[in-house]
Amino acid sequence: MSAAPSRPSGGQAALVFPGLMLGAFFVVPFGLMIAVSFFQRVQGGFYEPVLTGANYARFLSLFFGEILLFSLGLSALVALVCLLVGAPFTYLLTRLSRRAQVPWLVALLAILSLSEVIIGFSWSTLLSRTAGVSNLLVALGLMASPAAFTPSFAAVLLGMTYQALPYCVLVLYPSFSRLDPSLGEAAQTLGASPARAFLTVILPALRGALAATFVVVFVFALGSYLLPQLLGRPQHWTLSVLITDQAIYQSNMPFAAAMAVFLVLASLLLVSLAALFGAKRAGGAA
Amino acid sequence: MTRLFLALIGLFLAAPVAIIAGVSLNAQQSLVFPPNGVSLRWYAAIATQADWRNALLTSVSIAAFAAALAVAIALPIAYALWRRTTVVGRVVQLLGVSPFVLPPVITALGALAFWSTAGFYGSSFTVVVSHAIFFTSLPLVTLTLGFSSIDREIVEAARTMGADERAVRRTILAPMIRPYLVSGFAFAFVLSLNEYIIAYMTVGFTMETVPIKIFNALRYGYTPVMASISVLFVALAALVFGLVARFGDLPKLLGAWERR
Amino acid sequence: MTALVLDGVTKRYGATTAVDAVDLTIPDGTLVCLLGPSGCGKTTLMRMIAGLEAPSAGEVRMGSETITGIPVHKRGFGMVFQSLALFPHLSVGDNIAYPLRLRGESRGTIEARVRELLDLVQLPGVEGRAITQLSGGQRQRVAIARALAVAPRLFLLDEPLSALDAKLREAMQVELRLLQERLGITTIVVTHDQREAMTMADQVVVMRGGRVLQMDRPIEVYRRPATPFVADFLGQTNLIQARREDGGARLASGAFLPDLALPSETALLSIRPEDVILLPEGEGPIAAEVEFVRDMGSAVEIYLRAGEARIVAHREAGAAVAPTGGRVSLGIRPGAPSVFPAEAA
Repeated sequence: MSAAPSRPSGGQAALVFPGLMLGAFFVVPFGLMIAVSFFQRVQGGFYEPVLTGANYARFLSLFFGEILLFSLGLSALVALVCLLVGAPFTYLLTRLSRRAQVPWLVALLAILSLSEVIIGFSWSTLLSRTAGVSNLLVALGLMASPAAFTPSFAAVLLGMTYQALPYCVLVLYPSFSRLDPSLGEAAQTLGASPARAFLTVILPALRGALAATFVVVFVFALGSYLLPQLLGRPQHWTLSVLITDQAIYQSNMPFAAAMAVFLVLASLLLVSLAALFGAKRAGGAA
Repeated sequence: MTRLFLALIGLFLAAPVAIIAGVSLNAQQSLVFPPNGVSLRWYAAIATQADWRNALLTSVSIAAFAAALAVAIALPIAYALWRRTTVVGRVVQLLGVSPFVLPPVITALGALAFWSTAGFYGSSFTVVVSHAIFFTSLPLVTLTLGFSSIDREIVEAARTMGADERAVRRTILAPMIRPYLVSGFAFAFVLSLNEYIIAYMTVGFTMETVPIKIFNALRYGYTPVMASISVLFVALAALVFGLVARFGDLPKLLGAWERR
Repeated sequence: MTALVLDGVTKRYGATTAVDAVDLTIPDGTLVCLLGPSGCGKTTLMRMIAGLEAPSAGEVRMGSETITGIPVHKRGFGMVFQSLALFPHLSVGDNIAYPLRLRGESRGTIEARVRELLDLVQLPGVEGRAITQLSGGQRQRVAIARALAVAPRLFLLDEPLSALDAKLREAMQVELRLLQERLGITTIVVTHDQREAMTMADQVVVMRGGRVLQMDRPIEVYRRPATPFVADFLGQTNLIQARREDGGARLASGAFLPDLALPSETALLSIRPEDVILLPEGEGPIAAEVEFVRDMGSAVEIYLRAGEARIVAHREAGAAVAPTGGRVSLGIRPGAPSVFPAEAA
């Protein structure tokens, strides 16, 4: 009937263009990558479509097992540090007036969007002997001579935390800012100090969101592809770094693809774990 | 106590930027801090040195096209889902969000495999398309939020006053969605500007974007321009997000409840 | 005259029937309230009249013209929505001008008409303001002005005053009614507020479960409700079970009312609080105890218990009332109770 407010197909034709684009340039490449992971490497070229399990077999060695374990451990550590710093920070941030929040949010977004190359460059500068903080410490008389703090594991951890902290805060931001402010106030009228109210009331009330954020930041850290390379030693390389290295410098796309498939599986497993926590984190992922 | 904690976080966030800002002021061709003399020559060099200027122009044009394409992909999805939630719509939405949620090397490697197989490896449009796909989720988030802010009764009111579907789109949806469209574009633009790995795996051997150029400079010879252009990028991001905040409601855009 | 006629209008969503074969005739120039609890189908019925929903069956006519198939944007009705649905991106003036612009009116005509409408709703000079700068009551007036901009043949209001606080709401009810009388425009108001319906309506349509239970003048619906539900929904009432006995009716509490003929063996009585007479103990047919007294200043409400039954009675302001716990007798004003056969309950 023509008086119907919207035709049954209302607006669905609009999905054709985005569907085609995402199908052609995300689904097909993604599928191709999975296919390539079963193909044979061609020296000097990309791959040839000959089925083989060699790429996975090679991956299932002690060396790559260690790298996978190191990647997971490092990412978990980064997520943990981010959460320990980010949760109280986000709480304090959302208690500020909206006007006062804006500059913080702008700064967080600016750092979040910053190229990994730039983050790596600035941290290696900050931790270097020639231009780093050690010069400041020497000037203050706290150190005898400037020293380099990079490459080191601590530098990798610091750089990755710097990269992931804004992400962590912005993921936590919706749940914290939607939290009823009277919750903390109620706890304080019942005799809890602000810090105690935060620990005993706010954090438990948001434990679902915190658990989900941990996983999401974990996956984010897993994606870091340059910082371990720029700030660490070869033994600090992660799966993402190795995939890049294999694809570009070793020209071994099938092997890189096999590792990528592994990375996707690990990420999906973690993301579905996050979904299991059932935290509502509408928006904010930007 | 609160102030001290916030100040420490602020210091942590600002420190690397402050260092490269200091380094960028060096009067000589060296990366030392505190700087040896103060000069703005490395900022001028961004414009005067052809290789850096070209890298900047390349990055900006890629980002502009990629962000526009990302918005063009995201807008119909958000619109269709707002009109009616269907399984197909949900699936397309999931596809739009997935690339950004997965580690970036995945999209990068997929792009490398795809474009090299298709025979377009190294062509400039490949990075535009792959960036657009990767960043679709940003305008998708802002636009979905924007559409959800349009109460259905608003549209019905317009219809009772004589607006047909086209008039509703032109007089109600377009003006109400515009701020979310602009901020979605801005997010995608800034992130595309800064993106390294996908750009590297699609056009890394044929073109130089700013992040690629900085990375190459890191490996094959430092220059203070690396620092000055990094500072420029930080400033650019802060400016864009500052404008988004100035003309929109940034807390709401990031998921806080509507201001009452 | 061009009355609005609904003929067997039905709306089904899957297995549920939201509106069930409604027949109504709304005379030209009257104000009709669709009244009922939430989920009774009143809003769905209005949306079908507006053209926002298509009926599953039945017809909507304006006079002799069938409008069922005419799309909403071509009906030329004015509608005020529950959320008001003012356009946040447009100024007050542009909101009101919106339907005029769609009709391609000239600039001068539009400006004059907007001024005229703002005068009509007693908000002169706010054309340039943003919607966010207005109070709730002002927004209400803008929404009304906007809906009236094209001089619609039918004026529809869906719970238009629900966002306002109680005092403002009552004032707006009177104002809206006076405005409607002045313009003589056929108007339908959806509401769940019986006071609102009593204040504004020429005719009240009481709905429940997608059906029309009764349509009449408000005072007639109040005095002669068609069902116990209508009696209870419109105003306060006492619903009491009764059994037929020789020469009268026996109430559940045991009291005997002579001279009350029941149409069936058992029946339900609806007795309005103002029809309950308070007498000194032993002087009336029903023995009762005062449980609570609410003195509102303008009137006194007395809550009583008679056996198992709870009864509420109203007295005029300043009336002397037995204290809480006091024993009294109750009488019923002759001819006052509405009597419903048991099966109608």
